[in-house]
Amino acid sequence: MQSRGVRRILPALAVAACAIFVFAIYSTRHVRADEPPYFAIKGARIVPVSGPPIANGTIVISKGVIQSVGANVSIPPEARVIDGTGLTIYPGLIDAGTDVGLGAPVVAAAAAGGRGGGGGGGGRGAATPGLLNSRGPEDRPATTPWDFAADMLKSDDARIATWRGGGFTTALVMPRNGFFPGQGAVVDFGEGDRAEGMVVKPVAALPINLNGGRGEYQGFPSALMGDLSYVRQVFIDAQWYQQAQSAYDANPKGNQRPMYDRTDVVVAQAIGNKELVLWPGNTEVDIERALKMAPTLGVRWALTGAQEGYAIPDAIAAAKVPVFININWPAAGQGGGGGRGGGGGFGGGGDQGDTLRTLRFRDRAPSTPAKLNAAGVKFVFMSEGTGTPKDVLRNVAKSIAAGLPADAALRALTLGAAEILGVSDRIGSIEPGKIANLVVTDGDIFADATNVKWIFVDGKMYAAPPVVEAPAGGGGRGGRGGAPGGADITGTWTLTYSVQGATQESTAALTMGADGNITGTMSSQMGTVQITRGHMNGNQFTLSISVPANGQTLDIDMSGTLNGNTLSGSMNVMGQSLDFTGRRPGSNGDEAGSGYEVRQ
Amino acid sequence: VKIFTNNIKNKLILCGVVASLAIAAVCLSSRPSQAQGGSNVMLIKNATILTITKGTIQHGSILVRNGKIAEVGANVAAPAGANVIDATGLFVMPGIIDCHSHIAIEGGVNEGSVSDSSMANIADVLNPADPDIYRDLAGGVTVANVLHGSANAIGGQTIVIKLRWGANADGLVFQGALPGIKFALGENPKRSNNPNIPGQVRRYPESRLGVEDVIRQSFTEAVAYKKEWDDYNSAKSAGKTNLIPPRRDLRLDPLVEVLEGKRYVHSHCYRADEILMLLRVSDEFHFKVRTLQHVLEGYKVAKELAAYGVGASTFSDWWSYKQEAWDAIPYNAAIMTQKGVIVSINSDDAEEAQHLNQEAAKTIKYGGMTPEQAIKMVTINPAIQLGIDKQVGSIEVGKDADFVIYNHDPLSVYAVPQKTIIDGKIYFDRDKDIAGRADLAKEKQTLMDKERPATGGRGGGRGGRGPGGEGSSIQDQEK
Repeated sequence: MQSRGVRRILPALAVAACAIFVFAIYSTRHVRADEPPYFAIKGARIVPVSGPPIANGTIVISKGVIQSVGANVSIPPEARVIDGTGLTIYPGLIDAGTDVGLGAPVVAAAAAGGRGGGGGGGGRGAATPGLLNSRGPEDRPATTPWDFAADMLKSDDARIATWRGGGFTTALVMPRNGFFPGQGAVVDFGEGDRAEGMVVKPVAALPINLNGGRGEYQGFPSALMGDLSYVRQVFIDAQWYQQAQSAYDANPKGNQRPMYDRTDVVVAQAIGNKELVLWPGNTEVDIERALKMAPTLGVRWALTGAQEGYAIPDAIAAAKVPVFININWPAAGQGGGGGRGGGGGFGGGGDQGDTLRTLRFRDRAPSTPAKLNAAGVKFVFMSEGTGTPKDVLRNVAKSIAAGLPADAALRALTLGAAEILGVSDRIGSIEPGKIANLVVTDGDIFADATNVKWIFVDGKMYAAPPVVEAPAGGGGRGGRGGAPGGADITGTWTLTYSVQGATQESTAALTMGADGNITGTMSSQMGTVQITRGHMNGNQFTLSISVPANGQTLDIDMSGTLNGNTLSGSMNVMGQSLDFTGRRPGSNGDEAGSGYEVRQ
Repeated sequence: VKIFTNNIKNKLILCGVVASLAIAAVCLSSRPSQAQGGSNVMLIKNATILTITKGTIQHGSILVRNGKIAEVGANVAAPAGANVIDATGLFVMPGIIDCHSHIAIEGGVNEGSVSDSSMANIADVLNPADPDIYRDLAGGVTVANVLHGSANAIGGQTIVIKLRWGANADGLVFQGALPGIKFALGENPKRSNNPNIPGQVRRYPESRLGVEDVIRQSFTEAVAYKKEWDDYNSAKSAGKTNLIPPRRDLRLDPLVEVLEGKRYVHSHCYRADEILMLLRVSDEFHFKVRTLQHVLEGYKVAKELAAYGVGASTFSDWWSYKQEAWDAIPYNAAIMTQKGVIVSINSDDAEEAQHLNQEAAKTIKYGGMTPEQAIKMVTINPAIQLGIDKQVGSIEVGKDADFVIYNHDPLSVYAVPQKTIIDGKIYFDRDKDIAGRADLAKEKQTLMDKERPATGGRGGGRGGRGPGGEGSSIQDQEK
């Protein structure tokens, strides 16, 4: 009898839960459309970072800017006064490396065929041809330095609200794909009618990706040594182009004119503007390679990744360059740190499981910030593929546990990052005149139990969304609401595709968060890897994985459409496109959680 | 090049059985431990010393100071403070030099996308953490000529390393050894044995004629490029201004170095006809081929090779794994030696490198080489081929203290390296390796236990294959 009652009650509960959930999501939108541009938060503990904490202080915000801060500050009558008793106010956190804000990750345009390119090696500077048929540096494979993140922002990227809700008000947003994927911008995670309103500094960094070998015959460059020679050639060419062009301009008669090349022009501009070139190096070997090569490029540069930096902090310090630490610490079941600055993790160890080297790497990576800090290195944190903002803070807490002073950690997430990104005159600390980017918490920002209460971005107040935990297991969790109006990809999928005529299968265990982010694992005969990033938008999904293969890492981007319990789409392995279909076995009944039934 | 799946499988099984202990230890080792031996002075005493160039000394000693051989002979006194190694009953010979290796390369052995990938530089991607370095050390190898695979007619820039396990990439480099460039002829650069990738335009060339054309084309460009720079430099030194410098081309730079004699050419080859082709092309462009690699039909043109003065680095007895290897014979090394060619036996493979002493010994059975001639093929002969015979390859006063100490005559199948020494430092010590395994296993278990609570709910996803994974890079290696 009891069980019957429960059964009857369950759907109702689920509906109620769903309703609350949806409501909660909508409440994350900023508090009132017509809110006043003046705020005062009083009686709070204020951590300005630029100075000592104020135990019981007031902050006045006016038209997006911090007007005054202190223990005794007069509150203008027009301000909306917020009681900050028991709360702590920090500067908004800065993520120094992400693609949040660019919409769901885009599958490389280089897929299948390519656009133009004119065979036979004619078109240097022409449109990037398909990477698969790239035949040398002159084809400028996967090279789009003219893509500015500032021009690619999508204000409807659902991840913006998630990251803002976790306390991240600002990020260095960078395009992701290619050797020269484009240029990064410093972006405030606010809301507005126009995405351009989010930009704080439109041109802030020129990231470089080295793919570390993605199959040795897949179009130039395909091996790490080819990648390195290619990137170096581009810098040489850009510098040569500028030199040759000015020599030609001074004396065109009788001289051959240098050929126009869009890449050369844009990269030369970046070099001329002393833009920060981000050179990846994650393992000790990668880092040493970076320390040797990057200084030969003749550019201002910074190291990214650096997860095995604990092994050589002094060598890194000697280079006197900032370090963008990938805070996505390596975890079991992962090939290594994902994303930019990742890529150079270690695979496991065949039949013996993970090697001692890999185990040591995973154990010690979180000690890197402490080691670099002690060696006097300036560093910041990049989230790069870390699941949620809470995960970032937890990973920073691991570093604090490994010896990093908490104030140094906070500085790296605020003023330190602003300094390295060249925006410390406007963000990064709580000082009069600076942009009102604040995060208000009910405790120490690195304590696990702490919740973010409110966030201010450009002086606009946002309530924190309920924290959505990334699930620990791949099993079907019931009672989920799904993204507003979107389909839920959660479940275990069998993916089918054909490689050179042979049908192959993979299994994907996916879980979708309320913000549309997809986490989980994917398994094939090559092993099991974690989804490095995934996102659902309506019924369109994207998933990325990094698969260790032959001692290298293959980055695979998938995208497609979810239709009930079937998927279809294509996967892109740096230039090569492969169609796949997927089904969710046993989804009509027993295995699926009640969430599927409640969903509209 | 050997691409013969069955043989590789057999080798792996063999490797698994014979070398399982060593492999286990290597898989466990993480950040390579630094070589042992604090003292600058080392005395190896009471050994059978195979000097290679100056005969064999019974009950002899070798004194090492600051990484160099200071004294060799029957009566050498131990200075105070010397690290004394009692080698009673043991055999000391120069460290093995592997003239054709693919170890310690990160992120792909081939830049196989193009037929001339001269811009790809092994020195850029040296991986000092590759466990194969330690495995080779455990087989007595101290020097390796690290080359690309053979996917392209011109594969790129190569480098000679000393297996200083624990050093960083720069620390591996054999200072003073001329860098090289890898060429390849025949089936591999014309991609005869490789399926086409869907959607990819098939790469030129598809014939041996085409391979020759690629090399000739590249050197034609290199000659023009060199002239461009020479003209620019002379115009500049003549005081001309507003000159537009030539664009620096990372592909052509190393080819100019070949033309200027600053870089050795090591060419993978099989058939007699293509071998002669390459020698003719080199004459045409006035550069020298330093070594022919594999050169399985070298016996057919041995006189021509001797006349040209090119070294030959071959296998002991691998054949028939593809069409161009059908005419290979195990007498190849001996015949070429008898015709006056400097011959070495190479590994091409991290497993093979663990018993190059035995590979050399096969030339005694096939071709009647003397034991001295056989051992030279893995010591002084590859040193000559790599232009490093003034530093290594024999046990002589003034040379680098690179040794391997065996428990038996190195040509015996029972010979197992006990210690491998480079620059007077012990980089492999069998006893210490065995003694250290328990600690490494314990550390591994501790770390695994530490992770367990955090990963318990994940269903134990395993991280694929890595550097330690047996066979992880066999398929695409294409040596």
